[in-house]
Amino acid sequence: MGKSATTKDAQALFHSLRSAYAATPTNLKIIDLYVMFAVVTALIQVVYMAIVGSFPFNSFLSGVLSCVGTAVLAVCLRIQVNKENKEFKDLPPERAFADFVLCNLVLHLVIMNFLG
Amino acid sequence: MAASEDAKASSLRYAFGNVIAFFILLLIGILAFSIRLFSVKSRDLQVIKYESVIHEFDPYFNYRVTQYLTKNGIYDFWNWFDDRTWYPLGRVIGGTVYPGLTLTAGTLWWILNSLNIPLSVETVCVFTAPIFSANAAWATYLLTKEVKGTGAGLTAAVLLAMVPSYISRSVAGSYDNEAVAIFALIFTFYLYIKTLNTGSLFYATLNAIAYFYMVCSWGGYTFIINLIPMHVLLCIVTGRYSSRLYIAYAPLVVLGTLLAALVPVVGFNAVMTSEHFASFLVFIIINVVALVYYIKGILLPKMFKVAVTLVISVGLVVCVAVIAVLIALVASSPTMGWSGRSLSLLDPTYASKYIPIIASVSEHQPPTWPSYFMDINVLAFLVPAGIIACFSPLSDASSFVVLYIATSVYFSGVMVRLMLVFAPAACITSGIALSAAFDVFTRSIKFQLPGLSGNSPIDAGDTSSGGVVAQNETVKTEKKEDPGKERPSRKTEKNEDLSKERPSRKNKKKEKENVEKISVKPQEEKRLLVLPLEASVIAIFLLVLLGAFYVVHCVWAAAEAYSAPSIVLTSHSHDGLHVFDDFREAYAWLRHNTEVDDKVASWWDYGYQTTAMANRTVIVDNNTWNNTHIATVGTAMSSPEKPAWEIFNSLDVKYVLVVFGGLVGYPSDDINKFLWMVRIGGGVFPHIKEPDYLRDGQYRIDSEATPTMLNCLMYKLSYYRFVETDGKGFDRVRQTEIGKKYFKLTHFEEVR
Repeated sequence: MGKSATTKDAQALFHSLRSAYAATPTNLKIIDLYVMFAVVTALIQVVYMAIVGSFPFNSFLSGVLSCVGTAVLAVCLRIQVNKENKEFKDLPPERAFADFVLCNLVLHLVIMNFLG
Repeated sequence: MAASEDAKASSLRYAFGNVIAFFILLLIGILAFSIRLFSVKSRDLQVIKYESVIHEFDPYFNYRVTQYLTKNGIYDFWNWFDDRTWYPLGRVIGGTVYPGLTLTAGTLWWILNSLNIPLSVETVCVFTAPIFSANAAWATYLLTKEVKGTGAGLTAAVLLAMVPSYISRSVAGSYDNEAVAIFALIFTFYLYIKTLNTGSLFYATLNAIAYFYMVCSWGGYTFIINLIPMHVLLCIVTGRYSSRLYIAYAPLVVLGTLLAALVPVVGFNAVMTSEHFASFLVFIIINVVALVYYIKGILLPKMFKVAVTLVISVGLVVCVAVIAVLIALVASSPTMGWSGRSLSLLDPTYASKYIPIIASVSEHQPPTWPSYFMDINVLAFLVPAGIIACFSPLSDASSFVVLYIATSVYFSGVMVRLMLVFAPAACITSGIALSAAFDVFTRSIKFQLPGLSGNSPIDAGDTSSGGVVAQNETVKTEKKEDPGKERPSRKTEKNEDLSKERPSRKNKKKEKENVEKISVKPQEEKRLLVLPLEASVIAIFLLVLLGAFYVVHCVWAAAEAYSAPSIVLTSHSHDGLHVFDDFREAYAWLRHNTEVDDKVASWWDYGYQTTAMANRTVIVDNNTWNNTHIATVGTAMSSPEKPAWEIFNSLDVKYVLVVFGGLVGYPSDDINKFLWMVRIGGGVFPHIKEPDYLRDGQYRIDSEATPTMLNCLMYKLSYYRFVETDGKGFDRVRQTEIGKKYFKLTHFEEVR
């Protein structure tokens, strides 16, 4: 009986999560997709490393950190352009995007350097 | 109409204030620069006391590296294999040195030369540290301004410009990593706070780059990469998480780790050693927390509760598993993945137990109480007040300052050299304290004297008065710096008048706007903060006195205590100043009288100077990376002549350099360092036993000394023909007659 209550709760939770998320604007959804993609890529690389080995360690590191970094920066961008975030009301989305691009540029310059 | 005029006046006033603040910062920079020049010129600025020489030991190595860099370019520098040290091993300089300082000075030199300002590399090296201390003062201003406003910022900058602890590491000629690293440290913290306050990715990028500069400059960067995660964790635990915190921290970890891995000396350590694990752990935590806050935001409270119970039951299992794996990974390495120096920080007794070579360096010893007073002086009393001021009100930024001071106090208690990390924190908190105190007192005075503050006694004194008072302080200290210390008080009074008038003008406008709005309650609150007039006047006077005392102490410390280069010794006697230039004479002798490829053996302290000044190959030097090699030299020094000769012969050594100060009374000579040679040698070669050199646990060189001591190479080389100087063989450092006076060297001979 307890188990069925848990599954019911989980189902309700899932539904409410889904309905809540459906209200998200499309541009935020795109960013979410981007983040998911980056995270999944990082996970694939980690799994590959676990199977094959981490020999060119700098390549592995730059690959994973590139994905993680991209994801983190995209999350930051998402936080900044989210209309519901009161903290960033004065920040125009253009400025947020420019910062995002700059940060990405630095990140990937470093990664290209580190790739070896 | 009137309102617009007032607005114009107030904006003009702000502009004026900015100009003044800028001017004061300029003066602070000049002060920070010039107070460090005592090592070049003497106090009356007429006589050159010392030349512009490079001080100490490590700076000589840095100077040599810089010379190489300017001569051969950056690519050769990265690939530089140095065969002049650690004979016969050699050393890969490019991959084992923190390149920040060298690159900075090299760039400075290159810029100056391309502007047709022909300065020598040495001059640039000598003045790098003072230049960067001015930068550090400005960075302190920025940091403190982010925490508590302009007034506190200016006060902290003045304090930092003069703090003796920092002066001791950054006088002209002290060309060491710390010189630029302290600036980098403060600037990184400033950018972190700035990102935390604004939530801008732009500053987060700059923060990562500043962190990169810090990693380039000094091994102390691990302090940053542990302190910032600690602060983030503190914020999360105390429920102060915000999305600004995420933006300040998460990009810094990813970018910072990558950038740190780019520096050859750090390399993969940036992800492999335990010093950095804290940052990754907190990175994971902050991501989870961010997700939780996000979900909390989009869900209804009731559903969120359900989610929490679900996630906790599943998540606990996962967490335990992950932590178990992590612990297993970390525990699998013998030292838990911590390097020796970090371990000796966490466990202060570690170094003396296991690594004598770290414990043997005097700057790795714990400091004594007087050294706190010597190094930070009155700041020690102001720091607690500053911490209290940080708590009212507690913001993210001020909690960071509190955390910074708490950790750095601990570290400075472990190692005297880390006093340097503590000094900026002390300056920042003291600046906050002083500024807050002046704020309260001047407001009280203004409240009590309605004539001065015009028609608004109640609202008189807002944040700006603190700023002006702090400016007072700086102007005053600048005045003190000048040789004539006659009239600081008059100046102060004038400025105080100024400070009283200026806020009042602004308050008129405020008054007009808020006549109706000001209720009784805020008035009551303001009234409570007011102190009696006499008390506040006396308190201000005492604070000014305290500041004056600090300035006098700092100037004294800069002029007398910290500016003497250890390679040029001076002594005052009744017939004037004596200058002993024996070190440089000895190195010059080596340079001119020995073959280019001769090997010189000496204790490791003199390795850098021998390579830099004499240009001869040495066996060991101050970069203590190979304990066995140092132990070999230590063993040779503590063996009798024949085994010592055999050891040195196997190392192709032709000359042995010992430093002896018994005749002139120079205390840090080789005889006083000898026990460390025995300890380090005995740590690797067990036939050297420390008790053999001690008589009843006492280290002595007189007639009571043990035969092992009297027959060892160091004793013989130091005291050979010593008795011929005064007939008795009286050692002025040990204050005793030596034990064995007449002996001949069998396997070595004295050079002339």
